[in-house]
Amino acid sequence: MSEPMVMSNNIEQAEKGTSLWQDAWIRLRKNKLALFGLGVIVFLCIIALLTPLIAPYGYEEQDLVLGASPPSAEHWLGTDIFGRDMLTRIMYGSRVSLMVGFIATGVALVIGVLWGTIAGYAGGRVDAVMMRLVDILYALPFMIFIILLMVIFGRNILLLFLAIGAVEWLTMARIVRGQVLSLRRQEFIEAAVSLGLSRWTIIRRHLIPNTLGPVIVYTTLTIPSVMLLEAFLSFLGLGIQPPQSSWGLLISYGVETMEEYPWLLLFPGLTLSITLFALNFLGDGLRDALDVRSSKD
Amino acid sequence: MFRFILSRLLQAIPVLLVVITATFFLVRAAPGGPFSAEKAVPPEVIKALEAQYKLDQPVWQQYISYLGDLAQGDFGPSFRYPGRTVDELIYGGLPITAELALYAMLVAIIIGVSAGVFAALKPNTPQDYVPMSAAMVGICMPSFLMGPLLVLIFGIWLEWLPVSGWGDLPGDKLLPAITLGTGYAAFLARLSRGGMLEVMSQDYIRTARAKGLPEWVVVLKHGLRGGLIPVVAFLGPAFAGLLSGSFVVETIFQIPGLGRFYVQAAFNRDYTMILGTTVFFATLIILFNLLSDIIAVWINPKLRHQVQGGS
Amino acid sequence: MPMQKNNNLRTTALLFTWLVFISLVGCSGGENNVTTGNRDGILHWGNGTDPQELDPHIITGIPEHHILTALLEGLVAKDPATLEPIPAVAKSWNISSDGKTYTFQLRHNAVWSNGDPVTSHDFAWSWWRALQPALGNQYAYMLFPIKNSEAYAKGEIDDFSKVGVKVIDDYTLEVELNNATPYFLQLLDHYSMFPVHRPTIEKFGKPDERGSLWTRPGNFVGNGPFTLKEWKLFKRVDVVKNPQYWDANKVKLNGIRFHPIENVTTEERMFRSGQLHHTASIPIDKVATYKKDKPHLLHTYPYLGNYFYRINTTLPHLKDKRVRQALAMSINSKQLTEQVTKGGEVPAYTFTPPDTLGYTAKSAFEFNPEKAKQLLADAGFPNGEGFPVTELLYNTSEGHRKIAVAIQQMWNQYLGVNIILNNQDWKVYLDSVNNGDYTIARAGWIGDYVDPNTFLDMWVKDGGNNRTGWSNPRYDELILKLAPKTADRNLRYQLMAEAEAILLEDMPIIPIYIYNSKSLVHPSLKGLQPNILNYVLYKNLSLDTNLSGVKLN
Repeated sequence: MSEPMVMSNNIEQAEKGTSLWQDAWIRLRKNKLALFGLGVIVFLCIIALLTPLIAPYGYEEQDLVLGASPPSAEHWLGTDIFGRDMLTRIMYGSRVSLMVGFIATGVALVIGVLWGTIAGYAGGRVDAVMMRLVDILYALPFMIFIILLMVIFGRNILLLFLAIGAVEWLTMARIVRGQVLSLRRQEFIEAAVSLGLSRWTIIRRHLIPNTLGPVIVYTTLTIPSVMLLEAFLSFLGLGIQPPQSSWGLLISYGVETMEEYPWLLLFPGLTLSITLFALNFLGDGLRDALDVRSSKD
Repeated sequence: MFRFILSRLLQAIPVLLVVITATFFLVRAAPGGPFSAEKAVPPEVIKALEAQYKLDQPVWQQYISYLGDLAQGDFGPSFRYPGRTVDELIYGGLPITAELALYAMLVAIIIGVSAGVFAALKPNTPQDYVPMSAAMVGICMPSFLMGPLLVLIFGIWLEWLPVSGWGDLPGDKLLPAITLGTGYAAFLARLSRGGMLEVMSQDYIRTARAKGLPEWVVVLKHGLRGGLIPVVAFLGPAFAGLLSGSFVVETIFQIPGLGRFYVQAAFNRDYTMILGTTVFFATLIILFNLLSDIIAVWINPKLRHQVQGGS
Repeated sequence: MPMQKNNNLRTTALLFTWLVFISLVGCSGGENNVTTGNRDGILHWGNGTDPQELDPHIITGIPEHHILTALLEGLVAKDPATLEPIPAVAKSWNISSDGKTYTFQLRHNAVWSNGDPVTSHDFAWSWWRALQPALGNQYAYMLFPIKNSEAYAKGEIDDFSKVGVKVIDDYTLEVELNNATPYFLQLLDHYSMFPVHRPTIEKFGKPDERGSLWTRPGNFVGNGPFTLKEWKLFKRVDVVKNPQYWDANKVKLNGIRFHPIENVTTEERMFRSGQLHHTASIPIDKVATYKKDKPHLLHTYPYLGNYFYRINTTLPHLKDKRVRQALAMSINSKQLTEQVTKGGEVPAYTFTPPDTLGYTAKSAFEFNPEKAKQLLADAGFPNGEGFPVTELLYNTSEGHRKIAVAIQQMWNQYLGVNIILNNQDWKVYLDSVNNGDYTIARAGWIGDYVDPNTFLDMWVKDGGNNRTGWSNPRYDELILKLAPKTADRNLRYQLMAEAEAILLEDMPIIPIYIYNSKSLVHPSLKGLQPNILNYVLYKNLSLDTNLSGVKLN
């Protein structure tokens, strides 16, 4: 870190120049791809939120006589075999996919950050035990467990969040712990300790905010892998269940009929890919922007 | 070194035990038994079936006897295929999944590493951007999207390659291998690029060049060794990913491999098959991670000394 | 200097990639299965899922049935055109005047594939084996018309000699039934009644040992037109012509390869590339295209089965039959079959498919949304007000979902009733239905034999397949007591029609459509005769080499 951190609730400006965050923002702005990614995500989130108001058709509105039809003036992205408007379906699907992405990542985030911070700060045996657990869990074939859980307990969307979150928190914990370990030796932490601040306060006020950089980066990169995981499960028939729809589910339907009605596969597939693309670029850009030392990759 | 390996092996055993136990009880808790059928099964038949598969014993007893059998390498009879044992099914499906994973890995390594190294040689030029963007596409396009697309283009529209099967028709191994390998190729491209970039800026590379060695010797002999460290470290966890990726690829291409067996077994409530494949996969993954750790330590002189010198 | 290294690197990389490519692709070219099959006389048959087993007393599925009817033969077979019984191992039979005793004369030249003669001892022993509880034979009930067989299977009697199977001599078998069962001869063609080779089974384990090795290639001894050559799990099952088969000169095929292809889309693609002569099914969305462009490749025919919804009549709001009738009358099955399922299925207004061996029940209801609305109002839910949240259960499948979604909309539109959809995967769904843990559930029933009884005896009180909580004493009386004892077919049918009328009036089930068998058939495959059981007699099939190159696209 190039600038000295000052003890306070928020990360404040140093004496001269810009703060770390403003610096990062400037760097990010220069990265066209990352900006593109940010733009896409913001656009999608807005659409997802506004969907019930702006969707051209009802979600389950069928037109059995029409059946599947290619893109046209009334249906910009075509219709599926029930005559349901694909644009509407994709818009509603975005709500589910993004929701799973954010919430499951949130679960991973909370668990991972807490775990990593406690392990890193406590050190010693507590750290060893906690990280050993992480190592062990890392070795487990999680996909297998998730499949099993989904098959056994039915496709409960809550369970989906938990299951996916439970897979992703491990790396988060490792990253956070690494950060905390290096932070712990910094002088300002020693100062806080000597001031008599409680361990919990130190963790909350000083450690966690300072780990935010890598956490943000990693979170942004976790969201796409969570969305991918959900799509994967839905494709196998184990994730989101109808009548809800996610992009993964739409893709699996599209695969079945991709010869006659390729647009049923192409549009959801494109949407998912572009979203993942955008998130990855954003994550990469954030990483470059926030970590001064990392080489351009 | 030996102690390192031994200690890792010993640590693996409780992990395996946890996996077995968790799966065993999870599976038993599942609704929907293996013998449910659409036409009503007479109670005396159900009783006979349960007795034969020891399902009428208390769960604890079943668990203990399962562990006992497992220790002898006996995974038990399959519920769904009465005449077959789970070992038989696993060993039948294993070579196929292994072959698929191997080809996918080959595809990934060859394409990925070459692309990454290639890009690293001229950073921030089109030679860099093009492969890296392609890599990004590879990462972002899930296998269950890429697979069907490849099938659509090469199997149906162009009719160059078969759309399914494994080993039945010439060329039917190509599309599945590519589908499974592309995501990893992309990852490896980025990793090897990063690794190479870091290595190529090191002093000893400059020394080698100053010595007048031809560039390709510099790259291949000196650069690659260091640059590939992150790649090797990645291979272990990549293997786990390949296994789970195989579920989808085997389903799409109708490949009779272990991945597809597992998904089907889960749906069919074939208890022994689920348990057997889970244990098998877990063992493989643990072994592979161990192998990858060992190789990573071996390749990296710093770590090697650490391990040999320390505990 | 950098340039040179680039070139070397590039060439090395390219070389590598090319090598890998070559090894993966292999040499291309080669003939497809239809061409080689027609030349060698091998039929390539798409067979759905992989067979679980090949022991006729353990299996339960249709893919297994297709393989076993090649490997084994029962006393009696069926004429594919009329489905009337024709001689198989039994060359003739007599039926006593009261219809309860059948005496079969076995032909003397029927032999097992190892040369042993097929005798009536084989049948007696096989049926004894079929009833052993330890085998877990889910079709043991096919034998229950035989006197005391049910009691023996349930363990109520211990002595098999009390069961109505008697070996008169090596080639004469006498069977005594509980009642005059007019469809008994049809039952004999079900695989659970096929004979099995005793010495082979006993060589590999106990007779009631489930899943012993006797069914493996090389061990399997059968009396059918083909023998088992290879069984590669998840790849194929190969059978070859059995020269010992008593009717071998009528068999024109040299062998059959059964391909286990679960995915219908994949199967259709394989058919199009000429890898299959016959598919097990066809993707729903392709039916229209085939009907329009290539109708000669598409074979559809009514199938002896009914797609219906079960209603849990024990629930308070579904107790009133007017509610159930309202639900039934607001389903536009015609629109459903034309626009949703699109497979050419026939809407069902009775439970037993029409013209089941001459039996046609009277249509009991029709699509009449006005009347439905009125009935619902009469039952206390005008315009669906106050109708509790009702769940429609189906097992996970695109096809069932489509139908459920369409019906959900119809009920909403015509009755104002709101239904939530729930799907579970197969095993869970079965458990739910078996335990009565459902409100309305999708179901399907395929007849085991061609007679209305197989559709109607389900609904007796506490019948194992009932599961709706409905029963009616007069119905039970007709089905269990009166009809079985009636020898005259017309009278019997009248009684059954009366029972079916009761069933449809009370409506614990809502029939939706009659199943349809659909397959893609290559023009070079000759001799297939469509029928309501989708029954195939392999001896009638042949392959025409001249038609190998027919364009399929």
